[in-house]
Order: sequence, then structure tokens, then C-alpha cells
Amino acid sequence: MAKVKLDGVRKVYPNGVEAVEPCHVDIPDGELVVLVGPSGCGKSTLLRMVAGLEEITDGTLHIGDTVMNDVEPANRNIAMVFQNYALYPHMTVAKNMGYGLKNRGLPKTEIAQKVAEAAKMLNLEDYLNRRPSQLSGGQRQRVAMGRAIVRSPELFLFDEPLSNLDAKLRNQMRIEIRALQQRLGVTAMYVTHDQVEAMTLADRIIVLNAGRIEQIGTPAEIYSQPASTFVASFMGAPPMNIFTGTSDGQQATLDGGLSLNGAGAPSQTGKIQIGIRPEDVALDPSGPLPFEVDIVEELGAHRLLHGQLSGQPFSVSLNKDEPASTGPTKIALKPGAVHFFDAEAGRRL
Amino acid sequence: MADITESRIAAQSTAHPAKRIKWEAVGDHAILIAGALLMLVPVYMIFASSSWNDITLHREGLQFGFSDDMANNYNAALFEYGGFTDSVNGVTMLANSLILGIGFAIGKIIVGMMAAYAIVYFRLRFATLAFWMIFTTLLLPLEVRILPSYEVITWMNLGNTYTGLIVPLIASATATFFFRQFFMSVPEELIEAARIDGAGPVKFFIDILVPLSQTMIAAMFIIMFVFGWNQYLWPTLITTDESLFTLVRGIRQIMQAYSDGSTTPEYGEAAALAIIAMTPPVLVVVFFQSWFVKGLTESDK
Ligand SMILES: Nc1ncnc2c1ncn2[C@@H]1O[C@H](COP(=O)(O)OP(=O)(O)O)[C@@H](O)[C@H]1O
Ligand SMILES: [Mg+2]
Repeated sequence: MAKVKLDGVRKVYPNGVEAVEPCHVDIPDGELVVLVGPSGCGKSTLLRMVAGLEEITDGTLHIGDTVMNDVEPANRNIAMVFQNYALYPHMTVAKNMGYGLKNRGLPKTEIAQKVAEAAKMLNLEDYLNRRPSQLSGGQRQRVAMGRAIVRSPELFLFDEPLSNLDAKLRNQMRIEIRALQQRLGVTAMYVTHDQVEAMTLADRIIVLNAGRIEQIGTPAEIYSQPASTFVASFMGAPPMNIFTGTSDGQQATLDGGLSLNGAGAPSQTGKIQIGIRPEDVALDPSGPLPFEVDIVEELGAHRLLHGQLSGQPFSVSLNKDEPASTGPTKIALKPGAVHFFDAEAGRRL
Repeated sequence: MADITESRIAAQSTAHPAKRIKWEAVGDHAILIAGALLMLVPVYMIFASSSWNDITLHREGLQFGFSDDMANNYNAALFEYGGFTDSVNGVTMLANSLILGIGFAIGKIIVGMMAAYAIVYFRLRFATLAFWMIFTTLLLPLEVRILPSYEVITWMNLGNTYTGLIVPLIASATATFFFRQFFMSVPEELIEAARIDGAGPVKFFIDILVPLSQTMIAAMFIIMFVFGWNQYLWPTLITTDESLFTLVRGIRQIMQAYSDGSTTPEYGEAAALAIIAMTPPVLVVVFFQSWFVKGLTESDK
């Protein structure tokens, strides 16, 4: 088990693409960090640099107390789980799990024992002599996890390990991964583009956008104090409503003329962006803000109202037992509902 | 395209109520049967003829029926020593042909796999150039470069050796090409997983790539074995020592007696030898057929 430290780590591909801008990350021992961001933002590149599968252009990488920049992947004491499982198709489950240990020169009996232990942990005992092609997707993913576990690594790396599974299995495996990681206490980096997966799994989340780290924080921090409009709209479903508006230092006003009384205002004056989460709003016939509902969307546990606030698109999420209908209504904001961002870069104010 | 689909639909809709004869199918089968006969009748005739004595064959040509000299002819073909030096019989030639076919196939597979491995997995300078240079040798089979090859082999004193017989034939790119295509379809993740598992280049090749290529290797083996077995020009040129003669070469040797005008050529024996020469490739294809098809079509990786 080890802490991980990225110091100005950067990646420029030979074709000149800067996939990861210099970034600083500190991961304490035993923490599960989720790298999340849209497709192509550099998550995999960052993870693969830690794995040693991709060369680090600049900066230093520590795993434990060792600089790992030029260490072969096999000697970094890591284990990686890939999106497409990457199991060896011609080897049995047991051989797949034991291959790394065999290459390390461990005696056969010890390998067999470790494989048996991992198989027990993952409910794979009945499948040890099967080939990967004779397993279901979920079982293959378990084998891939087993291959990672038997090596007793200091660091787990996951690159979208659940994206090939159906929704139900994904939820189940997510819980299993979390439980396993906590039981073993191994530091882990987990890449996903799914913000729900990120929120539920992570001790801390790193939000990446176009090769840049937008924010690092606990799920609660990311959700309640998004560092930018990008984070605000990427994390959370449905996404945060972002309005354009102005501030005079005392009070914020949405373009369209509606003033947000009592919501406070940033000290910066002039043009700003204003964010309100759909779930931080309550329908209130005596509320201060007129809301024109155009569409009601039923989601079972929730109900989404889409409409106009001060002439700008606005969505509200309500509990299923609150009545809702189209047409004009009034809303009130819950305390702390309003977030302010600057107009150009979208940084939090 | 359009009328094919239409006629298919028409065939389907009419087929069910009354089982009418599908003339298309009859036509297709007629063509297939004609083609099959065209291929099989000569083989049958040789087989039938291999049961006749030389005199009849000389006088009346190839035969359709069977006679009673079959045992004689095959015995002579296999065990009777012939040639100018009386140093070669059918069994020796069979062995030589097997050595050529198997040696060629194995050599080609090994060289091809290793070349493809280097080209696909290592960042070499000019790797693409190297590949295309290897690829152009597809256009230069041994027959095209036969004189320089002959020069080189005799200069190296490899005339009348198995090495001289096999090695120059190996120098061509078919296997390299097929293995390259195959290796490029092996998922990147698998290679990376192996790297993390501590498999270096040699281990990866032996533990992962070779087992994955099993069916491909089998398919290559069949193609190359038959190709090597059927070689005629090069063995004729490079082996003058009769104990190194291959079967394909030996058939001609028997027929040659005719042009020498000395005795009646041993037609029956020649026919028997032709059948013997055909058998191993047929057996290889029959036994490896399922692998062969799998190797060329399957992509279960
Ligand atoms: N081998 C490569 N060569 C050049 N550019 C690459 C390579 N791999 C990825 N990229 C580019 O780097 C960026 C980040 O890719 P990646 O890390 O795979 O994104 P993610 O995993 O977040 O979807 C993308 O713009 C991608 O096109
Ligand atoms: Mg990725």
C-alpha cells in the first residue's frame, strides 16, 4: 500500500497533442480516487502514465517513496483492470490470475494458494478451470479483478472497468469493487466518464476537462461547491442550471430582469454566471420567483419540470409526491442554492 | 442485385404451397457437378489406370475400369529401386517430399512469425519500409529469381542438400504478411496486461502470441506444406543426386524413360506414384480442414 504523488506530470503525444497539462495530485495511502471527465479529456492517458504504459513527458511520479518515471510497469507494484478485461483467451481462469506471479518466479504451490484465496473472495471457485470465453461479462470482470488482487499490489488502477456491463450488473460490481478496495485497504485510481459511478465510489474525485484538472475534492465538495461551470454541469444529473446575469456587489440579477433577492452576490460586479441545481428549488405558490413550466417529465422517483425562469431555460427536480403541472407557478430557492461563476472562464466566485 | 432479391422472394413464396422444382438450384448444382467432375475424373482415371500393366497403358492409353495389376504397380512404385544409379525408390522419394514439405512449412512459419513480430510490436526505424520491401517479394517467387538463387546455392556448396532445397524457397513473404495482419488484430490491452504481468518480449511471444496464433499456424502449415510438396522446378534444378529426388520429380523420371526410347515406360508405376504423391496433401487438408477454416475466418481473441 502506498501513497501516490504526481508533480507537474504532463503528457504530450508524439503527434503534438497535449493530452494532459501539468498536474499536481496527492493521493494518501488507502484512498480511492476517481478520475472523471468527458470522453477524450485525458483520463486514460493520466492513468496509463501512472501504470507505466505511457511515457511521462514532464514531471515526476512517486508511488510510495520511489520515483517511478522510468520503472517498467511490472516493477511498479501496481495492478490494472482494463475496460475489455484483457484476459488471455487461451488460458484458464486460474492461469490468467496466476500468470503475473509465475513471471515473478513464485513457486507453484504459493501461486495456487493465492489464486484460490482470490477466487474465494470473488466467488470464482467453480470457474477456475474455464476459459474466459466460457464466462459471462460480469464473471470476466471478476477474473480481471482477481488477476489484480493476487499480485498484492500497492496500487490498483481501473480504466472504465464497468462500461461493458449492463446497468444492473454495473451497480452490483460497483459495490463489490468498493467493498473489496476497502477490505484490502489498497490505494486505487479509478477512471470513468460516468458521474454517478464517480460520486458513489470515490473518497475523492478528480474532475478533468480537456487535459486540465478542474477540481479535486470529496464527492460532497464537488457537488456543493463546484469550482467551475464545467464541474457544475458535468457532476450531477440533471445538470446544474447555468444562467447569465449581472451583479452589482449587493444583489445578483438574471438577464431578463429577475433579481435573486436574499441569495447574496459576489463581490465582483458586472457580468457573471449564476448556477442553481434543479433539486435546490421548491415549488411555493407564495414564492418570490415566477416560473413558467412547459414540460413535465416523469422519472418515477422524481419529476422534472422544464420551463423558463426570467426568459432563460430552467429545470426543476421534484419529489414524486409533490404535485406538478404545466403553466405558470412560483418557486422559492433553498438556502445556499445559488452559485456564482465569472462570466468568461466560468471559475467559481 | 435487385432481381436476385426479387427472384429469391418469388422462389420463397412459390416454394411453400406446392413443392415446385427450383430451376435455379438445379442450374447451380449442374454447374457445381460439372466442375467437380472436371476435377475428379482425371484423378479417378489415374487411379483406375494404376491397376493396369504397362503394355495395355502404352497401347490403349488411360483406362476407366480396373484390372488386377494394382498390387504390382504400387509395390514397384514404392519399393523398386530405379533411376540411373538404382539408389532411389518410392519410399525414399516420399521421405524426401515430406522433408521438403514439412521443413519448408515449419521454416516459413517460424521466419514469418518472427518477422511479423518484429514489424508489428517493435518501434523500428523504417519498419513500414521493411514491411513493404518484404511484401514485394510476394511478386518475386523463386521462379523469377531462380538463376541468382542457383548461383548462390552452388557457391555456398549447398547443391544436393536438404538445406539448399528448402532455404531458398522460404525466402518469400506470404507467411509474414498473414501473421502481420493477424498480430495487428490482437487487442492492445492484451499486450499491456502482459506487460504489467511482467512478460518481456520473448515471454509475450511464447506465452501469449504463439498460443493465440494456433489456428493461424495450422492454416499456414497446410498452405505451405502443399506448396512445398508441389515444388517441381527448384528441386529439379538443385538436386542431381537421385537419393534426394522428391515424388513430384520422380514421376517425371519414370516417364522420361520413354523419350530415352530404351524400354516401355513404366506407365502403371507412374500412375501409382502419382496417386501416392497426391495422398499426403489430401490427408493434411482433410485432417486440418476445420482448423484451416477457423484460422482464416475466426477472430476470437
Ligand atoms: N497514442 C496517442 N497518440 C496521440 N494522441 C492520443 C493517443 N492516445 C490518446 N490521444 C489523444 O489524447 C487525448 C486524451 O485521450 P484519452 O486519455 O484516451 O482520453 P479519455 O480516456 O479521457 O477518453 C485525446 O484527445 C486523444 O485523441
Ligand atoms: Mg479512456
